[in-house]
Amino acid sequence: MGNLSRMPEPLREAVGNLLLAMADEEVLIGHRDSEWVGHAPILEADIAIASIAQDEIGHAILWYSLLQELGWPDPDRMAYFRDPPEFRNATLVELPRGDWAFTVVRQFLFDFAEKVRLEALMGSAWTPLAEAAAKVRREETYHLMHSRAWIARLGDATEESHQRMQAALDLAWPHALGLFEPAPGEALRVAEGIQPPEAELRARWEAEVRPILEAASLVIPQAEPIYGGRAGRHTEHLASLLADFQLVARSGLGETW
Amino acid sequence: MSDGREAKGQLTRDTILAALETVKDPEIPTVSIVDLGLIYDVRVKDEEVEVDFAPTFVGCPALHAMEREIVERIQSLGAHSVRVRRVYRPPWTADRMNERARQALRELGIAPPRPAPAEITLTVFEKLPCPFCGSTDTRMENLFGPTSCRALFYCNTCQQPFEAFKPL
Repeated sequence: MGNLSRMPEPLREAVGNLLLAMADEEVLIGHRDSEWVGHAPILEADIAIASIAQDEIGHAILWYSLLQELGWPDPDRMAYFRDPPEFRNATLVELPRGDWAFTVVRQFLFDFAEKVRLEALMGSAWTPLAEAAAKVRREETYHLMHSRAWIARLGDATEESHQRMQAALDLAWPHALGLFEPAPGEALRVAEGIQPPEAELRARWEAEVRPILEAASLVIPQAEPIYGGRAGRHTEHLASLLADFQLVARSGLGETW
Repeated sequence: MSDGREAKGQLTRDTILAALETVKDPEIPTVSIVDLGLIYDVRVKDEEVEVDFAPTFVGCPALHAMEREIVERIQSLGAHSVRVRRVYRPPWTADRMNERARQALRELGIAPPRPAPAEITLTVFEKLPCPFCGSTDTRMENLFGPTSCRALFYCNTCQQPFEAFKPL
C-alpha cells in the first residue's frame, strides 16, 4: 500500500494518530536533550547529546512530513503552532531534563521503545512508513550503543550514581510504559497491517530493557503505566516546555528574516 | 540563444549528473554529492526533472542547502521545473561512496568508513586505519562528533585525534 490518495478515510485518520504520537515524542525529547548543550558533565557527553538531539528532531521532521502527505499541516506548523492538548506524546518526553542520571535513563528507555517500534514498522503494510522506519532504525543504532553504555557505567559505579539512577528509573518507568498507550484507531491499524498491537511492542521492549537494567544493579519498579499523553492529557511540564520551544516561531520574527 | 533551444539540448541524465558533481556537502566541502552516492536517480521528461536524493542522516542540517543547490544547478541547464524527492529505500550506507569520495575524505583527515554490515556494532570501529599515518593502532573516543555522520577517534601511533565517517 503506497498510494496516499487512495487510503480510505478512517484508516488515514488512524495512521495519522500513530505518526502524530511518534513525531511529537521525537521533537520533544530532542528539545529536552538540547537543553544539555553546554551543560553536560563531560565534553564528550555534550557532543553526543547535541548530536542525539539533532537526530531526534530530524526524525520528527520525517514523521511530520509523512503526516503532511496524509493531509496534516506542514512540519513547522505542527511543531510550533499547537497547544499542549493537541500534542499526542507520551508524558515521558515532556518531563523536565532533571539530572544527568534521569537524562540517561529516559533516553535509554525511549531509544529501546523506538527500536522495537521501528523494527515492527519496517514490516508495515503502508510502504512509505516501512521505508522510513528502516532508515531511522539504522541511525538509532548509535543511540542504542550510547545509552546502554551509560546505563552500564552509572548503574553501579558509586553509591551516589546508583541512588541517582534508581531514583531516575523509579520516576521514568511508569511514564515510559505510556510509550505503549495505544493511539486512537489501534484496532484498525492492526487489522490493516500498519502496526502490531502496542501490548506486543511493550512485551518486546521489556524483554530488551530488563536484562540491561538488572545487569546494572537497577531494580525495575512495580508500577502502573501513566497513560493520557496519547489522548492529549499532559503533565504541567509540557506547557512550560512549549513556551520555551515555540517562543521564537510564535513571535512573528521569522516572517521578516 | 534566447529561445532556450540550446539549454533544452543540455538537459539529459548525464549532463545533470555532471552538473551535480559541483554540488558539495557543505560540511565536507571537497566531496560531491554524486561521489557520496546521495543521488539515487535522475528522471528527465521534457523540461521537467525529478531527482531522487538520499540523506545520509535524516536530521542532517545541510539537507536544505544541498537540495537548493541541486535545484539551482539543474535550472541553470534549462530545466523548467525541478523536484527533489527525499528517498529512504534502500537506506543510504557508506557502501554507496566511491573511491574518489573516500580519498577526498582521507585528505580532510576523516577516515572513510568500512563496508556497512547488516547490523552495525562496535567492532566496525576497531583498528580503523588513521587517515594521517595509516596505523591501525587507533581507538574510538566518541560515537558522536561534529556532525551526525562523523565519530571521533585517536591514533596511538601518530598521537593525532581524527574523525571517521560512520558506516550507517
